[in-house]
Amino acid sequence: MDRNFMDEVIEEARQFTEKEIRPFAGDFEQNEQVPRELINKMAKRKYLAAPFPEEYGGLGLDPLYYGYLTEEIGKGCASTRALMTVHTSLVGETLLKWGTKEQKERYLRPMASGEKIAAFALSEPEVGTDAGSVKTSYIKEGNKYILNGKKKWITFGNLADIFIIIASEGKNISAFIAERDFGGITTKPIKGMMAGRAAYIAEIEINNLEIPEENLLGKIGGGFTFICNTALDYGRYSVAWAATAVAGAAVEEMVTYARHRTQFDQKIYKFQTIREIIANATTKYLTSKALCINAGNLRIQGSDEKVFQTTLAKYYSSKIAMEVTTDAIQVFGGNGCTSEYPVERLFREAKIFEIIEGTSQIQQEIISRYALSNFYRKKAKAQ
Amino acid sequence: MSQEDKIRNYIEKNLTVYDEEVTFTNDDNIFEKGFVNSLFAMKLLNFVEQEFQIDISDDDIDLKNFSSINNIINLINNKK
Repeated sequence: MDRNFMDEVIEEARQFTEKEIRPFAGDFEQNEQVPRELINKMAKRKYLAAPFPEEYGGLGLDPLYYGYLTEEIGKGCASTRALMTVHTSLVGETLLKWGTKEQKERYLRPMASGEKIAAFALSEPEVGTDAGSVKTSYIKEGNKYILNGKKKWITFGNLADIFIIIASEGKNISAFIAERDFGGITTKPIKGMMAGRAAYIAEIEINNLEIPEENLLGKIGGGFTFICNTALDYGRYSVAWAATAVAGAAVEEMVTYARHRTQFDQKIYKFQTIREIIANATTKYLTSKALCINAGNLRIQGSDEKVFQTTLAKYYSSKIAMEVTTDAIQVFGGNGCTSEYPVERLFREAKIFEIIEGTSQIQQEIISRYALSNFYRKKAKAQ
Repeated sequence: MSQEDKIRNYIEKNLTVYDEEVTFTNDDNIFEKGFVNSLFAMKLLNFVEQEFQIDISDDDIDLKNFSSINNIINLINNKK
C-alpha cells in the first residue's frame, strides 16, 4: 500500500475528527448514542473497513496505519472509536482471517458500507475473564445449530445486525456468525455505564437462535483457542491504540489549559510543578505510542512476537491512560471535575481500558510468563 | 537445524512450566500435559506460518494439528 495515500488518510481522519467528532463527544454521551449519520459518514470514508482489502470495500491500510487511524478517531470520542474496535477489528478482521470465502463475501462488504453493523458476543453475566467457561450453549440439529443463553457488556450490541457468538457444547467451544434477522436475538441497552455511554452496550438474550451450519466460524471446538484468541488479539491491538489516544487527548487538553489558565498573575504552565506533570504525561503518552508502533510493525512483518508485543502495548497504554487522565484533571483543578471540560470524560473512559479485552491482571500474567521463559539465565553446568 | 529441532526449541522457549528438567516426546500433547496454554496455540500458528513459509487456512485450525511436535511436522508437510 502506498505510504503517501495512507498518510493522506490519516491527515483527513484528523480533520474529520476535529470537525465531526471531537466537538460533539459530550453530546453523544448525553444522548447515549453515536449518531447513525456519523456512522454513515465514517462508512463513506471507508473507516469502518480501514484494514480490509479493497475487494471487500476497504482502504487496505496496513496494521500500523490502521493503528494511527484508531488513534485519531479515539482522540475525538471513545464510543465512536469503539465501533471500529468491535465492528472492524474484533469481527471484521477475524472474519478476514478465518472466515470461509462465502462468509467473507456475505458479510464484509455490507460491514464496510455500514449497511450492517457487527458486534462480538463473548462475555456473559457470569463469565468475564474466564472466557473459556461460556455457558451459552449450542446443539446441532440437522443442518442447523441451535443456540441458547445470555451475553453481557456487548459493545454496539444494541445496534448490531451481525454477531459473532461464542457458545459451548460440553468441552467444545465454537464460534458462530448470527444475524439479528435470524430471530432468537433480543438486545437490551445497559444504562448507567461509567464510560462508553454512547456505544450501544447491551445485554443479549439468545433464545432458540437457529444458525445455518455454514455460519460456523472456524472449526467445532476451535472457538476459543483460535477464533477468540484471534479476535481478542485484534481487539487488544485496537484498544492499545485507543488508550494511547485517550492519553494523547488528555495531554493536549492539559497543555492547552495550562497555556490559557492564569493564577497568581501568570499562566500556570510557568509553574515547575505543572511542567513536571506535563513532562511525565508526555513521556508516558509517547512511550505508549512507541509500543503501539512496535506492535504494528511486528504485525506487518507477521512476527510470532506480535501477539506478546500487542499484549505489552495494551497493558502499558491502558495503565498510563489512567495515570495521564488523572494528571490532566489535576492540572484543570476544579474545572477538571465537571463535564464542562472533556478531561472528566477522558478520565472515565481511561478506566475501561484496564478491564476490556483482558484485564490488566491477565496481561500481567502473560507478561510475567514471557519474562519467566525469556529472561531466565540457565546456570552453567559444573565442569 | 531440522524441522523437528526448530519446533522443539520454539516450544521449549515458550513453556509455561518452569522446571528445567521437564521433557516431552515428539508425540506428547503439549496442551493436555499443561506445558503451554491455549494462548500459545496462536503464537505457535504464527511461528509455523513464518518459519516454514506456509499458509494455515481455516480448514487447518484444529488444536490437534498443533498439539505435538509430530502433528506439527505432519501439518507442515501436508501444506508443502
